[in-house]
Amino acid sequence: MSMSDGPKPLHTAKSEQIDEDREAVGTPPGSSSAARRKGKLFGAWSDRWAALPRQKQWLFLIVVVALAYLLPVINPPFISTEPGNDFPLACQLMAIYALVAVGLNIVIGYAGLLDLGYIAFFAVGSYTAAMLTSPDSAFIKIPYLWTIPVAMAVTMFVGVLLGLPTLRLRGDYLAIVTLGFGEIVRILATIIPAMKGQVGFQNVGHPPGVGADGIPIFANSNGTPWYWLTLTILIVILFLVGNLERSRVGRSWIAIREDEDAAETMGVPTFKYKVWAFAMGAGIGGLAGALMGGQVGFVNNQKFDVVTSILFVAAVVLGGAGNKVGAIIGGALVAYIPLRFTAVAEYKFLIFGLALCLIMIYRSHGLLAARQQLLAYGQKAYAAVKKSNDAKNAQPATNLGEELSK
Amino acid sequence: MLPTILLAAPVSNDWITLDFPSLAQNFWSATFDGLTFGSIYALVALGYTLVYGVLNLINFAHSEVFIMGCYGVWFTLSFLGFGPSAPNLDIGQIIVNLLLAFIVAIAASALTAFLLERLAYKPLRKRNAPRLVFLITAIGASFTIQYLIFIWRGPVPEQALTMFKPTPIFDVFGTIIYSDQLIIVCAAVIMMVVTDLFISKSRTGRGIRAVAQDPDTATLMGVNKERIIITTFVIGGILAGAAALFYVMKIPSGVVYNGGFILGIKAFAAAVLGGIGNVRGALLGGLLLGLIGNYGQILLGNSQWTDVVAFMVLVLVLLFRPEGILGTSLGRSKA
Repeated sequence: MSMSDGPKPLHTAKSEQIDEDREAVGTPPGSSSAARRKGKLFGAWSDRWAALPRQKQWLFLIVVVALAYLLPVINPPFISTEPGNDFPLACQLMAIYALVAVGLNIVIGYAGLLDLGYIAFFAVGSYTAAMLTSPDSAFIKIPYLWTIPVAMAVTMFVGVLLGLPTLRLRGDYLAIVTLGFGEIVRILATIIPAMKGQVGFQNVGHPPGVGADGIPIFANSNGTPWYWLTLTILIVILFLVGNLERSRVGRSWIAIREDEDAAETMGVPTFKYKVWAFAMGAGIGGLAGALMGGQVGFVNNQKFDVVTSILFVAAVVLGGAGNKVGAIIGGALVAYIPLRFTAVAEYKFLIFGLALCLIMIYRSHGLLAARQQLLAYGQKAYAAVKKSNDAKNAQPATNLGEELSK
Repeated sequence: MLPTILLAAPVSNDWITLDFPSLAQNFWSATFDGLTFGSIYALVALGYTLVYGVLNLINFAHSEVFIMGCYGVWFTLSFLGFGPSAPNLDIGQIIVNLLLAFIVAIAASALTAFLLERLAYKPLRKRNAPRLVFLITAIGASFTIQYLIFIWRGPVPEQALTMFKPTPIFDVFGTIIYSDQLIIVCAAVIMMVVTDLFISKSRTGRGIRAVAQDPDTATLMGVNKERIIITTFVIGGILAGAAALFYVMKIPSGVVYNGGFILGIKAFAAAVLGGIGNVRGALLGGLLLGLIGNYGQILLGNSQWTDVVAFMVLVLVLLFRPEGILGTSLGRSKA
C-alpha cells in the first residue's frame, strides 16, 4: 500500500483525467488538487485571495497582523474568554498552540510523517529553559532569552536522535515511537531525581524589563507582553517556514509526502529530508515549550501529558494538514474552545479525538484545504494553471448549452 | 536520551543509579514475574501483529480494546460481589468465576474491536484512504474510546477486586512460584498455540494469511476480504480480552480509563521485537520484553523504568534489526 496516488505534475491537458483518478484513489491529507473540489467551504476565498494584486495582499495582511497584536488590548466581547479565563493569557496560549501547530505542520503536513509525541519536544524545550534559568536547578544560569535558541538546539538534537533510527523505516513506526517517546519524557521527568518530578522548577526566568510600578513587564500573570513576544516569534517563524516551503527543501518534503518511492527514484535524498523535517518540527516545538515555560514560570512533570500531543495533531488536521494558515487557525481554535466554552473544557479530548476521526473519514483535507504542491511552483504558475483549468471547465458547459439550444 | 544527561555527567548520581546486588538477589523472582507479564504483553501483541499483517496498520485503538476487556472483568467481579480482599473459595468456584470473567472480557473486547473496525476503519477502506489517514483515524479512535470511558467512569482507578489469593505451588531455584503466575503463563501459552494452529491450519487462517500476503490476489481467488478483516479484528479482540483477565488478576488496581495506553505501547514493542506480522514472534517478543523490563526495573530501582526500558528496546530493535528477531511476516510464514 503506497502512501500516495502517483506523481503530481503541474496540471496539463490531462489534468481533468488526473483529477478524476485522484478522486477515485483518494489523496493524503494536505495534498493539493482534489482539495479544491472538496474544499468548497473556503475554496472561493482562497481563489479570490490569489487573484488579488500583491500590494493588496500585503495591505490586508498588515491589517490582520495589527488586529492580531491588538487582540488582547481590545478584548472584544463575545470572543473574550472572560470571565473565567484571563483573555491576554488565553491569547498567549492560542499563540503558543498556533506556533506548535506551525511546527507540527512541517512534520505532518509537509513531509507526511505522523508525530504523535510532539509534546515531548515541547517538554524538552520547557525543561531546557527551566533548568538553565530556575534557581532550583544545579546548572549554570543564562539569561532567559538565550535559553530560547539553546532550547531549539537541544530539541533539534533530540529530534535527530529519535528520527535517525525510525525515519529509515515506514512511517507507522515513527508514529508509535513518537507516541512512546511522548510518554517516556514525562516518566523520565518523574523518576530521575535531578528532574525534580512533581516538585518541578520554580521561578523560571523571563525576558528583562521592569515596568513603572516595579513589577517585571514579563510577569507570569501578565499575558499581553508574552502574547506580543510569541506572536512576533510566530510571524518570524512563518516567514522562515514559508521560504523553506518554497525552497528545494520544501519541494523535497512535498515530494516525499506525495510518494516517497517516486521521490527517492527521482533523486531526492528522502531520509535526509525526513530527518530535516523532523528536526525542524522538533526545534519549533522546543521553542514553543521554552516560551510556555517562561510564561508559566513553573515547570514540572504534570504539564506534559501525552494526550496533549493529540490535541496538537488535531490542531494541524483540523486546519488542513500542509496549510500554514490552517495550522494557525487550528492551533488557536484548539486552545480557544476549551477556554471560551468552559462547560465543554472537560470533554476537550473526547471532542478533538472524535473530530480527528470524523475529519479523516469525511473530510481528510481539513477545514482549510491546502494547495501545497502548486505553491511550490509559485503563485504565478498557480494562477496560470487555474486560468487554463477554468477555461477547460467552462468548455463542456457551453457545449452542453449549445446542445440544449439545438 | 535527554541531552541534559550529557550536561550533567559530573552529578550522575542524581540521575541514574544501578543496583546490581538487588538484581542478583531477586533474579529468579524477577524472571518468573517477567514471564507472567511477558505472556500478557504477548497476548496483546498478537492483536497488533494480526491487524498489522492484514491491513498494514498500527491499530492504536487496540489498547482500548484491551482496557474494555479489563472493564468487562471488573464489572463481572463486582457483580459477583468480590472485594479488595480475596474470599475463601474452593477451587471449583474459582474456576467458574474465572471462566465467567473470561467470557465477559473477551465479549467486551471482541465487541469493541468489531465496532472499531466497522465504524472507523471500514469507511476509510471504502475510500481507499492513504496510510496517514488510517493512522490519524486510529489514534483519534483510540482517544475517543479512552475519553468515553473517562466520562463514564471518571479519572480514578476502579476499586481493586481480587479473585483469589495466590497460593505457592512449588519452588524453583529457591523462588516460590505462585498459582496466578502459573495460570497466566500456561493459559497464555495455550491460547497462543491455539491461535498459531488456527492461523496455520484452518480455512479462515489460510484466508488471513492470503490477505496478508496480497489482498487483491486473495480477493480474486475467492477470499472474502472484508470477512477476513473483521475476523482478524475479532480474534485480536478475543486475545486482548484474555490478556485483560490476566492483567486484572495480576494488577487489580490497573482498571482505569487510560490504563491500556502504556501497555499498548509495550505490547507493540513486543510485536516489533519478535517481528511484526509474525504470530510466534509475538510470543517470543512478549516474553523477552517482560523479562527485560523486569530486570531493568529492579536494576534501576523504580517500577516506572519498565516502560522506559521497553521503549528503549523498541528503538534499539528498530535501529539494528527492524524486521525483529523472527522476522517473517504473516503472509510469508509457511503455508
